Amino acid sequence: MTQLQRFSLRRLLAGLVEGIDGPLLAIVLPLAAIGLVTLYSASHDVPAREVTQAVNFVVAFVLMWVAARTPPQTLMRLALPAYLVGLALLVAVALGGDVVNGARRWLHVGVTRFQPSEIMKIAMPLMLAWHFHRHEATLRLRDFALAGLLLAVPVALIAREPDLGTALLVAAAGFYVIFLAGISWKVLGVLALVVLASLPPLWGLMHDYQRERILTLLDPSQDPLGAGYHIIQSTIAVGSGGIGGKGWLHGTQSHLEFIPERHTDFIFAVFSEEFGLVGNCVLLALYALLIVRGMVIAAKAPSFFTRLLAGSITLIYFTYAFVNMGMVAGIVPVVGVPLPFVSYGGTALATLFIGVGILMSIHRHRTLVQT
Amino acid sequence: MHPAELKDHERELRRFHVRLGVAAVAVLLAFGALLARFFYLQVLQHAYYQTKAEDNRIALVPVPPNRGLILDRNGVVLARNYSAYTLEIFPRKVADLEHTIDRLSQLIEIGPRDRARFRKLLGETRGAESLPIRTRLSDEEVARFAANSFRFPGVEIRARLFRQYPYGKLASHVIGYMGRINERDQEALEKKGVAANYRGTDFIGKSGIEASYEQALHGVTGLEQVEIDAAGRAVRTLSRTPPQPGDNVVLTIDMHLQQVAEQAFGNRDGALVAIEPSTGAVLALVSKPDFDPNLFVDGIDPENWEELNTSPEHPLTDRAIAGLYPPGSTFKPYLALAALELGKRTEKQTIFDPGYFMFGGRRFRDDKPGGHGTVDMRKAIVESCDTYFYMLANDLGIDAIARSVAPFGFGSRTGIDLDGEAAGVLPSPQWKMRRFHTAEQRKWYPGETISIGIGQGYNAYTPIQMALAVATLAENGVMYRPHLVDHIDNPRTGERRYVEPHVVRRIPLDRNYVDFVKSAMAEVNVDGTAAHAFAGAQYTSAGKTGTAQVVAMKENARDYDNGKVAERFRDHSLFVAFAPLENPRIALAVVVEHGGFGAHAAAPIARTVLDYYLLGKLPERPGQPGPASETAQATP
Repeated sequence: MTQLQRFSLRRLLAGLVEGIDGPLLAIVLPLAAIGLVTLYSASHDVPAREVTQAVNFVVAFVLMWVAARTPPQTLMRLALPAYLVGLALLVAVALGGDVVNGARRWLHVGVTRFQPSEIMKIAMPLMLAWHFHRHEATLRLRDFALAGLLLAVPVALIAREPDLGTALLVAAAGFYVIFLAGISWKVLGVLALVVLASLPPLWGLMHDYQRERILTLLDPSQDPLGAGYHIIQSTIAVGSGGIGGKGWLHGTQSHLEFIPERHTDFIFAVFSEEFGLVGNCVLLALYALLIVRGMVIAAKAPSFFTRLLAGSITLIYFTYAFVNMGMVAGIVPVVGVPLPFVSYGGTALATLFIGVGILMSIHRHRTLVQT
Repeated sequence: MHPAELKDHERELRRFHVRLGVAAVAVLLAFGALLARFFYLQVLQHAYYQTKAEDNRIALVPVPPNRGLILDRNGVVLARNYSAYTLEIFPRKVADLEHTIDRLSQLIEIGPRDRARFRKLLGETRGAESLPIRTRLSDEEVARFAANSFRFPGVEIRARLFRQYPYGKLASHVIGYMGRINERDQEALEKKGVAANYRGTDFIGKSGIEASYEQALHGVTGLEQVEIDAAGRAVRTLSRTPPQPGDNVVLTIDMHLQQVAEQAFGNRDGALVAIEPSTGAVLALVSKPDFDPNLFVDGIDPENWEELNTSPEHPLTDRAIAGLYPPGSTFKPYLALAALELGKRTEKQTIFDPGYFMFGGRRFRDDKPGGHGTVDMRKAIVESCDTYFYMLANDLGIDAIARSVAPFGFGSRTGIDLDGEAAGVLPSPQWKMRRFHTAEQRKWYPGETISIGIGQGYNAYTPIQMALAVATLAENGVMYRPHLVDHIDNPRTGERRYVEPHVVRRIPLDRNYVDFVKSAMAEVNVDGTAAHAFAGAQYTSAGKTGTAQVVAMKENARDYDNGKVAERFRDHSLFVAFAPLENPRIALAVVVEHGGFGAHAAAPIARTVLDYYLLGKLPERPGQPGPASETAQATP
């Protein structure tokens, strides 16, 4: 091998690795590994899923790589188009989307179909961060009100599908941007009061199944074979796992199919049953590290836009993890939120890894766009 | 950069960092809450959830035992089991039953009888179990349903054991029948503390031996620990305690004798009980009309049930142990014995019978117009002279009568191993006191004693009591408790438990008096009231005819022509007998409802039964006893 060849190869490798944040990768890769290991146990009846999810990881990793190499300026330029496209697609879904399991969430695109609401998980923080960035120096209540409107419309459309989980995540993503942008505590307090006051009418607007989920959280034993079944069985899975867990592939609750949706939203029940409190602590620590790393990146971010974006994305990971684990452990109502990097599903994985890529990009460009 | 702008920027950055800090605290709190919850579930409550998971995972599936067989004394199988596929519906898992059944009927033939039976079961079910909509599916039907079973959640095919009675109606009152366990049965099982042993069992003995030997026949339910998935499907068996089959119950009944006896009744109603006097073993027990116990095995349909229950002839009532009849003149030998024992009469003492007995201004008529003339005790029994016994009853008095005949078992349950035995009525002033409530009704009138003397009045006994009494007489006063079961076989261990003859009492009787009464009864069959029925008998025997009034007719209007009275008002025909005279091997009582004179209807039946039992002689009418191939082994 000539020196030139070796040199170019090294440069090529360096070029490939460029922009990839080591610490973030060191957190996300173990999470992905946990995901594949747990999925293997949760999908023992459908082995093909393991392969599909591995492919999903590769695709998501490539998307992360692309995002990591996309400068924040480009992202900023993409904010408005992404938001508008997302909004348009949501309207399209509302008018003529595919109905699956009684919810109109899917849109046909050529051979496949996807959920436009997923786009909003990224587009929403992008849009709001860009919006606040434009008015950085002169932020007034009016700007926050506009942000609220920009947030409310897509959230309402998603909630109508109905997809409470995604609506919650998009709303959270938007809220984090507004919160980090510095909305005054007074306004926040008033908003909190308004939300509290609007709970009763909101209750009236909810779908029966949504109301049921909240009621069953309060008392799962009311309907042990119906709505309370998920919570009861997943709680049993977690509790019976004990400190050390029952061992990989030895979870009776999951292998005997007592856990519904055990490869997607309830995969944490499988993990927790088989790896116990020790496993839970490891998982919780990985998420905590991810959040800490994300916050460090946000704190060091060079611009208002990047700070808001990084902070929001970081807190969204927290929301995913907390809501999902809390739901499985029976302290949060059942909403369709996956366990980040672990649950089966390509779209969610793509969104999550793009977020990681954005964090990496922000971190990489922290000195380049200093104003 | 402008200093003011820089300052602005710094302030804004600081605010952002504060906000980030607030968020970090929120994250910390939330993760702390999760950690606390995990600790609570996985450490503090671990044992509880561990048990829950095990309960989830492991189901105890009862494995019902094979029910024991019922056999006659010669090993003829009277009740056995066969396995058949049934189509069953879990009513709780099916929303629209009618619709489901309609759809099922497009696949598998479901007749109106099946639907009616299903509705009946639905009404009396105890809840959780599945109910058969069709039984005895053919292999083709099983295959057809299996291919479509996914369309019918809550419907499944199960292999079940059913009871089968190869002889149909024959001895149906002895064998009894099985029925679905209803709420009352369930309560009884729980009270006895054996409900757990009936998990997985749907049927229980309702009458006859099936009911009274339920415990022995049922066996011990096995238990399978299976790992189940969330849908309740068994994934694998973890451990298994095999069921222990029920014991085989071998009867004292001789099925051939039983058949001869039943055929002798023809289509007449009534009862017959034949006992081995020296052991109490019941050789034949007939109650007519009877029923086919096979109708009940897969749940009787309402039509048949209705018919069996509302028929004026009450075919489900076992007349042999629960039917009450006045003994009529079959009562007389015991009265004669009492008179001898108490010294109220001697054998030779005579009375004159003008054809009636006057008492308290009332005329008690004798059967024979003009009377029997001069009558001693022997003639009174042989010719069944009423006047003699009217006078005797009057001389003895009701208390002495009751005291003397009670030891023969009149008016008390014999203790036969069947449920539902009636006690009957042995009339006495004490009985009247217990039975009635007003002073007027409670008073014992001396005139009532007179009819007691010829087995009428308040006298009411079951055929088994009459048979036991004559068997006790045949044994010179030794009474053996009647029993239907000879022994019980445990098919697993081969252990055999015999029912030992049980002496109820030994009546202290003077042997001379007993022999005298027996000899008088022997004469009944030679040149007395039953002489015609026993003409040419190749064995010695003792008997007594009886005719029991169904409707109390005016005493002075008894010269009616029995043939012209509507059948339901006609007298019952009775006969008691034992044979051979010297060494009695069989004693029996026969009641033919509305059969008229005892000598006409009941005595010939007794003759037929005795001929078969003692000589192996079959009646001349065609009909070989039993399906000859049914002499199966006593093990399942």
